Amino acid sequence: MQGGKPMEYPLGFKQYSDALTRNKLLGLKCRNCSTITCPPKMTCQECGGSELRIVELSGVGEIKTFTHTFVAPQGRECEAPYVVVLVELEEGPWISGNLIDISPDRVNMELIGRKVELGHKVFPGDCYSSGPAARPLFCFKE
Amino acid sequence: MRKVAVLGTGHTRFMFNSPKTQIEMLAEAAMDAIRESYLKPGDVQAIFCGNVLGDFTEGQVMLQSYFADDIGCWNVPANRYEGACASATMAIRDAFMWVASGFYDIVLAGGVEKATSMGTSLATRTFSMGGDSRYEYPAGFTFPGLFGMLAHMYSKQYDVPLTKLKEQMALVSVQSHHYGKKNPNAQFQKEITVDQVLNSFMVTSPLQLLDCCPFSDGAAAIVLASEDVAKKLVPKPVYIVGVGQASSGRVSSQYKYLPRLRAREISVKQAYDMAGLQPGDIQICELHDCFSIASIIAVESLGFAELGKGGKLWEKNETRIGGRIPINISGGLKAKGHPIGATGASQVCEIVYQLRGELRDQGRQVEGAKIGLVDTLGGDGTVINLILSAA
Repeated sequence: MQGGKPMEYPLGFKQYSDALTRNKLLGLKCRNCSTITCPPKMTCQECGGSELRIVELSGVGEIKTFTHTFVAPQGRECEAPYVVVLVELEEGPWISGNLIDISPDRVNMELIGRKVELGHKVFPGDCYSSGPAARPLFCFKE
Repeated sequence: MRKVAVLGTGHTRFMFNSPKTQIEMLAEAAMDAIRESYLKPGDVQAIFCGNVLGDFTEGQVMLQSYFADDIGCWNVPANRYEGACASATMAIRDAFMWVASGFYDIVLAGGVEKATSMGTSLATRTFSMGGDSRYEYPAGFTFPGLFGMLAHMYSKQYDVPLTKLKEQMALVSVQSHHYGKKNPNAQFQKEITVDQVLNSFMVTSPLQLLDCCPFSDGAAAIVLASEDVAKKLVPKPVYIVGVGQASSGRVSSQYKYLPRLRAREISVKQAYDMAGLQPGDIQICELHDCFSIASIIAVESLGFAELGKGGKLWEKNETRIGGRIPINISGGLKAKGHPIGATGASQVCEIVYQLRGELRDQGRQVEGAKIGLVDTLGGDGTVINLILSAA
């Protein structure tokens, strides 16, 4: 409108998810404040700037918190129990994913602060999802 | 802006497996609210109602329209609000604004939910739809899971050992059941002990079954009117003197604020500023205790405790009747129940009963309470606050 170029989502879900299925974690770097936004949004999660460029992130980070889930949603009962983590990436943003490579009886507060690196697994979707979604799957780095 | 009053209230019993439909439950609550206002359905000019999962639970969207017709509010504008667990509070805040603006004089607001027919598995799935479906649900996020993560983060950040925090959390549930036992509308009318909480099964660490509110069926409704109308109709109108609402992104994007929920701090400040009040002025509070840890996090952002010190309020009985800030004397979401589309309206009803001094027979009256606060959380971070005053 008014001669301007229509706004396009800088990094859509499909591109993000497709990259993750190749173990590439993509984020958005803000030209204004240099903050990295990941998972993607239309605008920078710090300053709201809309000039963002796609960058590849290391996938390395630190566990900030976790939960060990025993009661799973419908269709995912066979996954339980599973561990969900929030990870602070080296580049700054936090992302959520699952933690593998741990015995269930060792899931405790000592997880917080542990270094992890990213892989992926695909959630195939269910009858309430618009198709599959790649999800981060973390394992210990040290 | 005009002053807006709450006139009548209506509140069904909250329960498992209600034999009634959502429209029936909401109609019963609404008719009670209209009758208590000395009005007739034809006097209502518009309807604002919360409902989240009617499509899953009954295969019914658009219930607001059929509900309006059922109770004889023929052809009035009827809107449905979906704000996850905060839907009814969202509806009430909007209803407030339409009356305050002068557009309407008399409106009906409320909400309904019938979640128990889904069973735990589907209910866990559908409630998780209140989180981010593409970037967080794939990892197996559930709502208890979110608060489990916040509990672990709280323990770490404020250096409260997890065993200590778990005891404080258990006290939150114990107190809720203590008052729930006295509330005839509560889903659970029985006492529980700290030992029972700490020995209940693990849902998602560190939250055990009795740290979690139940799935529930029920409805609640209120009539709102301009001050002029209210004064002619009811002897003791209660006024809404402050409102606030704020939203947030998915939980991972709230990173630096966690375990605080930034939306709550923004929302409650709006409400305090509008009312010209401070946390110390609040005499009774109904807050969103979907999980025990949620109460501890909430009291800090609402200004009742310092960061990391919220649990001490329950340890010292400051949250009981006679304490510094009585909280969830209804039994809260934990014991009263949490029919998500109705919860905010239920919280408002409870504050109204308290401000009118109607709970002595139930042994739940906070004597002399004149100012009350409502706090409701939806999804990862929509928060709505309402401040009500007896004058």
